[in-house]
Amino acid sequence: MSEAVAHGHLDDGQRGHHPRLQHQFDDLEQQFESSKLGMWLFLVTEILFFGGLFMAYTLYRIWYYDAFVAGSNELDITLGALNTAVLIFSSLTMAMGVRSAQLGHRKALVNWIILTMILGMVFLVVKGFEYHHKYVMHHIPGAYFQWDGVNGNQVQIFLSIYFCLTGLHATHMVVGLGIMTWLLVGAIRGKYSPQWYTPVEIAGLYWHFVDIVWIFLFPMLYLVNRHAH
Amino acid sequence: MHTQELPRDNYLTSGHSLASWLLTKDHKRIALLYLISITAFFILGGLMAVLIRIELATPQGDLVAAETYNKVFTMHGVLMIFFFLIPSIPAVLGNFLIPMMIGAKDLAFPRLNLLSWYIYVIGALFTLYAVVVGGVDTGWTFYTPYSTTVSNTNVLATGIGVFIAGFSSILTGLNFIVTIHRMRAPGLTWFRLPLFVWAHYATSIIQILGTPVIAITVLLLALERAFHLGIFDPAFGGDPVLFQHLFWFYSHPAVYIMILPSMGIMSEVIACFSRKSIFGYSFVAFSSLAIAVFGFLVWAHHMFVAGPSVYAAMVFSFLSFSVAIPSAVKVFNWTATLYKGSIQVQAPLLYAFGFIGLFTIGGLTGLFLATLGTDVHFHDTYFVVAHFHYIMVGGAIFGYMAGLHFWWPKITGRMYSELWAKIAAVVIFVGFNLTFFPQFLLGYLGMPRRYHAYPAEFQALNVLSSAGASILAIGYLIPGIYLLWSLTRGTVAGPNPWNATGLEWETQSPPLTENFAVTPVVTEGAYEYSKREMKLV
Repeated sequence: MSEAVAHGHLDDGQRGHHPRLQHQFDDLEQQFESSKLGMWLFLVTEILFFGGLFMAYTLYRIWYYDAFVAGSNELDITLGALNTAVLIFSSLTMAMGVRSAQLGHRKALVNWIILTMILGMVFLVVKGFEYHHKYVMHHIPGAYFQWDGVNGNQVQIFLSIYFCLTGLHATHMVVGLGIMTWLLVGAIRGKYSPQWYTPVEIAGLYWHFVDIVWIFLFPMLYLVNRHAH
Repeated sequence: MHTQELPRDNYLTSGHSLASWLLTKDHKRIALLYLISITAFFILGGLMAVLIRIELATPQGDLVAAETYNKVFTMHGVLMIFFFLIPSIPAVLGNFLIPMMIGAKDLAFPRLNLLSWYIYVIGALFTLYAVVVGGVDTGWTFYTPYSTTVSNTNVLATGIGVFIAGFSSILTGLNFIVTIHRMRAPGLTWFRLPLFVWAHYATSIIQILGTPVIAITVLLLALERAFHLGIFDPAFGGDPVLFQHLFWFYSHPAVYIMILPSMGIMSEVIACFSRKSIFGYSFVAFSSLAIAVFGFLVWAHHMFVAGPSVYAAMVFSFLSFSVAIPSAVKVFNWTATLYKGSIQVQAPLLYAFGFIGLFTIGGLTGLFLATLGTDVHFHDTYFVVAHFHYIMVGGAIFGYMAGLHFWWPKITGRMYSELWAKIAAVVIFVGFNLTFFPQFLLGYLGMPRRYHAYPAEFQALNVLSSAGASILAIGYLIPGIYLLWSLTRGTVAGPNPWNATGLEWETQSPPLTENFAVTPVVTEGAYEYSKREMKLV
């Protein structure tokens, strides 16, 4: 990995003197590795956090398959596919941002972060249109839910899981945009260098994770037995 | 060698303002913040227990109304589990000791550590708010659909409190794992680590894998209650048993979050006061991990009467039995460590003796509940209540008390009164057994849990239990007094009053803010007591 290269030459008189080195660590490499391990562990907890909903999805999809097909067909596959593309592209721009940080290209880093943020916002706007459509159709679970076909209660469960999963995902996107804003400020101020770019690296891990969650959500929610209709 | 005065420079004297405490990043000060908060919740949860035992002294419901009683036992459970037991040993003793035991200056993420405490406090405030505005009556288990559609108490605020406090636990576990992986002193290999650290490593794994599941479960519960989504509501095709599965997927392993750190303390205390190396170090270390792993595969034994398939029930029953193996490995290894040791009966060891006996009873009665046939009889009776109190109080709290006494000189720099500490340990042991042993009998006779009134024939055993609870309450008051007394009047302990091994004893008491003046280099295992004894000869 490139970070090994980036951190390899730290010992030349810099050990313990870098302004970003926190007191509990011996050197920047230990600090970087700790932060990265911490983020990976946090992402493990995130998987378990979404896991409860995946469990509910699995159970009810087995029980109420017809209702899941009907509910799934209410979702806009075009917008879903568009958002999938948007997020995959944003993962690319994020990865390019990390690369720029490793190389010390400050301007490029700023640009990649801005592009990543724009793509994140596009995703949320598209999601907003989808939610709005559900609202107009009275497909929001709860007191105002209406369903003209059969198995209304079961479709409501599908849509509940849809809103919980995508809502939780969107919340993570909003948090991600907040982190990106913070990262952007740091990048503009030139906080990051090839010796120290830990925040860029771990924010990138988070961003990729949120993308990957969507890669699971899209087929699970939008593509349930499409050919049946 | 004892000096007459505490070292002038230590983590307690490094700052005296309120801000120096509330904004501290020192793991030792954060541990004390936790110590104060969890003690407050222990007292509050204990008061609820007092109400319960007074009510149950007579068969009629006379002290409180049935609805009030439901709220009282619910708050007892919620406060004791989520706000006392889960954070108790990890957040106080683990926080204080892990960096010192591995020769580090602090945890890997000191700011995150402080944040964990604030998250805990915010979660606690939500829960306290729920108590103040009328309480909650679902039991600490929040079973649906009662909690989502029937109960008109403050389920939402309590749920949010538990949800928030969970993240404190997750972040503490995450911090420990990274610290143990990345911050060990030179020469400190995995198999030279104190078993206390191994136990916390196993605990942290459960915390980061289990707690997110209770978080999403409580979140769904809150959404279900607020918007009637139908996910847990049978009236809309939802499945309340799904809630039980998700709930116990965390809440069974949560028991191991409480007991594993206690087991870590046991290994330290028993080795020290037997003056011997721990018997079967690697078995004790790996049994912690085994308990953490098996612990995730047994949750449905709480649901044998909720109608799982026969095959599923048999598998869960078998797996539940298998947890007994690593647990027994520990108990036998501690006993073998004591065998032919130069035993010094000090207060921490008395608590450790209590732990061995009570945990064994608690564990073996767990097998009755893991057995499919007998569980049908014992389910939701006082047998269950007695069983888990033997684990959570007889195990977890006895271990916590052992650890608190063992490291009190390190934390405060002063000794408590050994005589009073021994008296308290005996009083707590007697009070505890008198409180909870009759409950095994009550459960066997069929008395259900969670009712404020009961048939008259159960009264004798209930009176015994309530009498025991009074003794237990006094037992807990005594350490409260002599520990506080020791803060100013206790004799100065010196760096290593027990002549114990372990890096934490090689630095001054109370330690410096950065723990060690010079980063230590480790050249031997954790329990080289035999070498130490030879030197003395």
